[in-house]
Amino acid sequence: MDLPLTHRSYVSYIDRSREYYAAQGYDRPYAWAHHDDVPFTPLGNPLSGCRIGLVTTAARTQRTDMIGAPLMLRELYAQPADPPPARLFTDGLFWDKQATDTDDVDSFLPVNRLAEYAAGGRIGSASPRFYGVPTDYSQSRTREQAAPQILEWCREDGVDAVLLAGL
Amino acid sequence: MSLVSRHLEANGIPTAVMGSARDIVEECGVARFVFTDFPLGNPCGKPRDPRMQRAIVGIALTLLERAWMPRITVQTPFRWENDAWRDNFMRVDDGNREALARAGEERRRSQAAAKAKVR
Repeated sequence: MDLPLTHRSYVSYIDRSREYYAAQGYDRPYAWAHHDDVPFTPLGNPLSGCRIGLVTTAARTQRTDMIGAPLMLRELYAQPADPPPARLFTDGLFWDKQATDTDDVDSFLPVNRLAEYAAGGRIGSASPRFYGVPTDYSQSRTREQAAPQILEWCREDGVDAVLLAGL
Repeated sequence: MSLVSRHLEANGIPTAVMGSARDIVEECGVARFVFTDFPLGNPCGKPRDPRMQRAIVGIALTLLERAWMPRITVQTPFRWENDAWRDNFMRVDDGNREALARAGEERRRSQAAAKAKVR
């Protein structure tokens, strides 16, 4: 409905999570990444000749803790995109478990949809592997370990451009 | 996720981020962002809706081609079937304030106990 508003319509997760954890007694709020400058690389070749990679924050492995509760294994991984994964693990991630589900992998890692675009010729090809980087509280680990590893895998697979989707 | 995107861009690989946490992605700053205003969990389209998923991936591919500068956000035209999730997610109100405070205390206690065990 096109009604005037007194506040922004989309949810601010920075505000929401700060208030939620403050209510739990955590008085030092999480400091989110913020940058003034943004690196940019234009697409050098037509998409129909490019190999496209996918990156997800979901995990491929889950184990159970001592009382049998599921625990997501936060490891970096590269996994074949064919056959596509029937499911991935998202229990330990920050998403709205009341409002929706993550049973359909393509709702957060569009591996089948990208394969369809490759089959139709819109892109040259989909990377033979997709890449997993489960969200890490530590920004320095993400910068210094995860990001360089994803870059290395992309180069190994000859990826020209990447679509990333965080839960 | 946004930090990984920035690293790839800085090393010559163009990227597009698909997501629903608009403020988190935009504050971090990425080259291209496809924003879908959904509850967190389905940034590439509703579950079991391949047509919507295909449309969102198509928007991301077009953005890869057409962006001429960084920080371009495109909002997809899709809407969730209701807006209840906007207020419900991580809600804090008089009804749960005490329970949240107790849960926080309990978690800190169990974390301290686990740490003591490791030592």
